[in-house]
Amino acid sequence: MSDVPLLEAEGVSHTYAGGQVGCADVGFSLYPGEVLGIVGESGSGKSTLLSCLSGALPPSRGRVRFAVRGQGMQDVFQLSEPDRRLLMRTDWGIVHQNPRDGLRMSVSAGGNVGERLMAVGARHYGDIRSEALDWLGRVEIDEERVDHLPRTFSGGMQQRTQIARILVSQPRLVFMDEPTGGLDVSVQARLLDLLRGLVRDLGVAAVVVTHDLAVVRLLSDRLMVMRQGRVVESGLTDQVLDDPQHPYSQLLVSSVLQA
Amino acid sequence: MNALQPAGSGAQFHSIDGVYNFAYLDEQTKRMIRRALLKAVAIPGYQVPFGGREMPVAYGWGTGGMQVTASILGLDDVLKVIDQGADDTTNAVSIRRFFNRTAGVPVTEATTEATVIQTRHRIPEKTLREDQIIVYQVPMPEPLRKLEPRETETRKMHAFAEYGLMQVKLYEDISRYGEITTTYDYPVEVNARYMMAPSPIPKFDNPKMHAMPALQLFGAGREKRIYAIPPYTKVRSLDFNDYPFEPQQFDAPCALCDAKGVFLDEVILDDKGDHMFVCSDSDHCRDRRAEGHMGPRAREAAEKGYGADQ
Repeated sequence: MSDVPLLEAEGVSHTYAGGQVGCADVGFSLYPGEVLGIVGESGSGKSTLLSCLSGALPPSRGRVRFAVRGQGMQDVFQLSEPDRRLLMRTDWGIVHQNPRDGLRMSVSAGGNVGERLMAVGARHYGDIRSEALDWLGRVEIDEERVDHLPRTFSGGMQQRTQIARILVSQPRLVFMDEPTGGLDVSVQARLLDLLRGLVRDLGVAAVVVTHDLAVVRLLSDRLMVMRQGRVVESGLTDQVLDDPQHPYSQLLVSSVLQA
Repeated sequence: MNALQPAGSGAQFHSIDGVYNFAYLDEQTKRMIRRALLKAVAIPGYQVPFGGREMPVAYGWGTGGMQVTASILGLDDVLKVIDQGADDTTNAVSIRRFFNRTAGVPVTEATTEATVIQTRHRIPEKTLREDQIIVYQVPMPEPLRKLEPRETETRKMHAFAEYGLMQVKLYEDISRYGEITTTYDYPVEVNARYMMAPSPIPKFDNPKMHAMPALQLFGAGREKRIYAIPPYTKVRSLDFNDYPFEPQQFDAPCALCDAKGVFLDEVILDDKGDHMFVCSDSDHCRDRRAEGHMGPRAREAAEKGYGADQ
């Protein structure tokens, strides 16, 4: 791992118009290839934080900086809008909880995967298609399904298509919002296994937001526990999960049924 | 009628028929549309919003094109209106009569005589000249709309020239059918910048838009957008490197005038499946027949002693 961070958050806070605190004073550094898990109960500010980090929601206070290729650390919200959008569809990827938010449901799986390539100027059909086939293969989607619409896919397949669609542009940072939400347990396990393999092979850094401790146990190197918009505990994943210090973390860990 | 002042000299009332202002729209509206037109010409392919008015025909019948035509018509203009290439279809006849009544301008069916040509679905076969203007009726000005329903988003995509999505549509065509099956309203890139919907002309006509000597104006009445291609502007049809753009091709010449390399319409002749292909541009076909060209059907009819049109 390099010692130059890829993403840096400093004092990121967001207060909604009604005065509700989304997240307050969150700071961390994420290094290339590292996976950061964010856990907390629903309403703890995980998703607000993810929106702030991924450039979708300007925080009320604090700043988010990203190591833009060839430009060093840049404040994500100071970039011009076209630059930020370019970043979002090349170096970044967002895996949505609901694949319908991340996929074009009326475009075939191959078209979905190829979109990012075409967005950066790929104009050779054969190349785009073979790349799309390659990526669908890597997320274990059968070659025969390449021309099918995602709406004919199962939930797990949609989620995997969404992942292929993002990874095809070889991003350096992926945001995942409950990547296994809404999937049954066996499909969750396969998806996690796949994600872990891909993240390790490609050296992609990731921020994973979830309420499922098993997901972070498997995927993330470091962990932040959030409650009421604040980070109450952070550290190495195993350390936090095996020896939680904060009463809330202890509660969270002990709430999981031991199989 | 000869007591009239030229149109556009102020907000006075100039009437040809004593009921409506010259060319139906009031002078202020025409000024507003002309300002939109100037902006459209200055930024080729960019969709300029304008305050579209209610016209005395239904949306979808050329209200956008009519407003543009009304704003550029002068007393010395000669108007031609075509619908699917033909001068004698309902839409074309009504619009021609409308301007003949409200603007008093002479109308024609001959492409060469016209100074303003309002069109729905075709560009005439004869090459247009610098002193002519072609006005397209546009149902859906936004080429990205079917792929991206949000107007806020498509405006940003145009502003930042993010056009990868249009390519996705062509990708889908090839992956499903093995070729680009978009045959009309085939998206083009204007002046190496803006993505533009050429209105539902067949892709056969796309190459004619490139470097055309005539000014091309586009009016969308329901969507209230105007856009333009100035004379001699680069217009490129989108494609893939390994699936280049190809206009439609026809195996046989026109059955009536024997023309090759023109856009043909299929005409059903009886209920036993007999059919023929004839020029979609009715003026072009008539001219060629007047010059003595004869297609296979016309020859057959002549031998049997019928007129060529029967």
